[in-house]
Amino acid sequence: MSNAADKTKNFSFILPALIIFSIFWIYPFFYTIFLSFFKGDAISNLEFVGFLNFKEILFNDKAWWRSIYNAAFITFFALTFQNILAFCLALGVDKSIRAKNFYRVVFFILPILSEIIVGLLMREILISDPGIFNQWLKKVGLGFLARDWFSKENVLLTTAIVHSWKGFGWAFVIFLAGLQTIPEQLYEAARIDGANAFRTFLSITLPLLMPVVALIIILTISGTMQAFAMILALTRGAGGLTEVPTMRIYNHLRLGQVGFSCAEGLILGVILVFVSGTVGLISKKIRERWGVL
Amino acid sequence: MLYFNSFIKEGVIMSFLKLILVLILSFYGCTTKPSTKEKKIVIWHWMNDREEAFNELANRYREKTGITVVFKLFSPPDIYSQKIIAAARAGNLPDIFGILGEKKTFASFIKAGHILSLNNYMYENSNNWFNKFYPQTIKVVMFEKNNIYGIEEGIYAVPLDTTIMQFIYNKTLFKKAGIDLNPPQTFEEFIEVSKNIKEKLNVAGFASGWAESWLLNCLATEWAINIMGEEKFLKTIESKIPYTDPDWIKVFELFEKIRDSGILMPNIITTINKEAEDIFSKNKAAFSFNGTWAINVYKQLSSDLDYDFFSLPKAEPKNPIKIWGGAGTYFMVNAKSENKEEAVKFLKWLTEEEQQIFLIEKTNNLPAVRGCEDKLPEKMKKLLFNLENLTHPNIWKYNEDSRVIEIINTGLQQIILGIKDAKSLASEIQKEKERITLKNE
Repeated sequence: MSNAADKTKNFSFILPALIIFSIFWIYPFFYTIFLSFFKGDAISNLEFVGFLNFKEILFNDKAWWRSIYNAAFITFFALTFQNILAFCLALGVDKSIRAKNFYRVVFFILPILSEIIVGLLMREILISDPGIFNQWLKKVGLGFLARDWFSKENVLLTTAIVHSWKGFGWAFVIFLAGLQTIPEQLYEAARIDGANAFRTFLSITLPLLMPVVALIIILTISGTMQAFAMILALTRGAGGLTEVPTMRIYNHLRLGQVGFSCAEGLILGVILVFVSGTVGLISKKIRERWGVL
Repeated sequence: MLYFNSFIKEGVIMSFLKLILVLILSFYGCTTKPSTKEKKIVIWHWMNDREEAFNELANRYREKTGITVVFKLFSPPDIYSQKIIAAARAGNLPDIFGILGEKKTFASFIKAGHILSLNNYMYENSNNWFNKFYPQTIKVVMFEKNNIYGIEEGIYAVPLDTTIMQFIYNKTLFKKAGIDLNPPQTFEEFIEVSKNIKEKLNVAGFASGWAESWLLNCLATEWAINIMGEEKFLKTIESKIPYTDPDWIKVFELFEKIRDSGILMPNIITTINKEAEDIFSKNKAAFSFNGTWAINVYKQLSSDLDYDFFSLPKAEPKNPIKIWGGAGTYFMVNAKSENKEEAVKFLKWLTEEEQQIFLIEKTNNLPAVRGCEDKLPEKMKKLLFNLENLTHPNIWKYNEDSRVIEIINTGLQQIILGIKDAKSLASEIQKEKERITLKNE
């Protein structure tokens, strides 16, 4: 068969995927960029405004930066509380403990549940009237912890906790997969050398798991910064106190401000690419220098 | 691999592609329009609670005319709204549809040629169809001469019902607290009675879905018009009066007073209207602020709920009030539809007295047309007395910029949360208003 025919044949195999990818990813991506330079609802009017939408968002829209702060707060909470919890649980389940398969299933149920359902369910539990969670706290002697979980002081923290509670399952699964790739012989060698559990963890588990840690950091940042449905169901934005960028994009799109919301989407995308790229770069540098991460 | 190469060489793929082509052509042949001239009108809507009534009316219309009417429900309203906009952009709107949103969205659909002007139909036979509607209801779907949207003067939709935003009080709780069954007339009375009931019965004084900030905007608009009059209110939108005017600060201060009085249900800023309706229907709040659709909602949630509507408690007792209201639901005819004539005929039939009475009985909404008053329950009949006081953004000559509305709405929520005060909100709104005005110039 000629070279050209060979190429045509090969190309025919990837053509269906290419068509689907072009229609559902490449075209919308470039159309979003195109629309971000316009003002209007894209039904009957689109007025070219150049970089005006970007200027408005970056320099005149305080609520946008407040939403970025809210998302960053929730992300920070997820990076620390959620991932440390997931890591500890994965470590526990990775060992030969009783009913470990049961725990694996239990921890993975939460990520499978719909975000809306988790949001509505937690709202019912946490809302202060009558306050199922508060009443439970009182019953178990922790009444001092009972509070209005949706008050202006607590609502953002409540959102971050619920988000982390919902999200720790998938971090748990990735950590567990990472832990299971570490060869058992290394632990055996460490044991023969007389290393205790803490030394083994510091010298074997942690360094070998570092690529997984970097991956989880990037996935947590990109996933949490785009969180939407759960927060919408839980607090509805709480007068801007828990409004996140995706919620603003959704609301502006709903109000027919198509160009503006496309520009917001692009800015958020650029922020995420920048942050994820920086994490990736730092991880690479550390790996090169110290052989970890 | 060898087998695979020969597989290709034998042209099996070509045969397979030919087979797919034949199948596609056959399928296309099967799905082209039947030659019979059976008319079918397709209507898209979002109204869960009226689905059954609509289908019953569609059956009656088919029996009468032989024309099939298909009501397609897309719910919740947000999803419906997105579907309609996407369909408009793709050019595949149904024969009849409704639009949820601001008047500028309505205007945008007209500009794009998606909505049929109903002038000829409304004004034929000495304005016969037009005259059937309550003037305040039909006004909402009209574009006046020289409107700011550049739309040709006329009527572009058919109202199906009338909606009025009103205060509601719980009679059972009034009786339990030993309070006269007279709803409060002034803002001060409203706060006092709410506090009284809250203290005596340990229920919320006031419940509403203020996570949906448009409800707050509605209430603020009514109080603003009561305090400063409609003319001054509209002059603010025109940028002739600043939002830092003492009257505007007085409006925002009302929300501070409501917050400080402690009458609000807990977590009101994270509560949507459906939740607030549920709370009110369970006798857990003395007052609420809601649309007249609540009659149907309360009936479904708690049939023995004893309540009544009343007008805005006045912040300025000597000044008149205006109530937010007008056409609640309205249907447009797709200007590009092949069935537009039939669609208009169906809508005409739908707004006849008999069908309107059927809808009143089934859905408990106020009618859009005159002549059904006798069939209305007393509670609903009383609401029609307020029609001449109605106002709505769709009938104003100017509408506020959506960025300014966003700041007002979020700001009101923040006042309720206690993170903003009336004066700082007023200056923030004014600053944004001036910036936008400057930008537009």
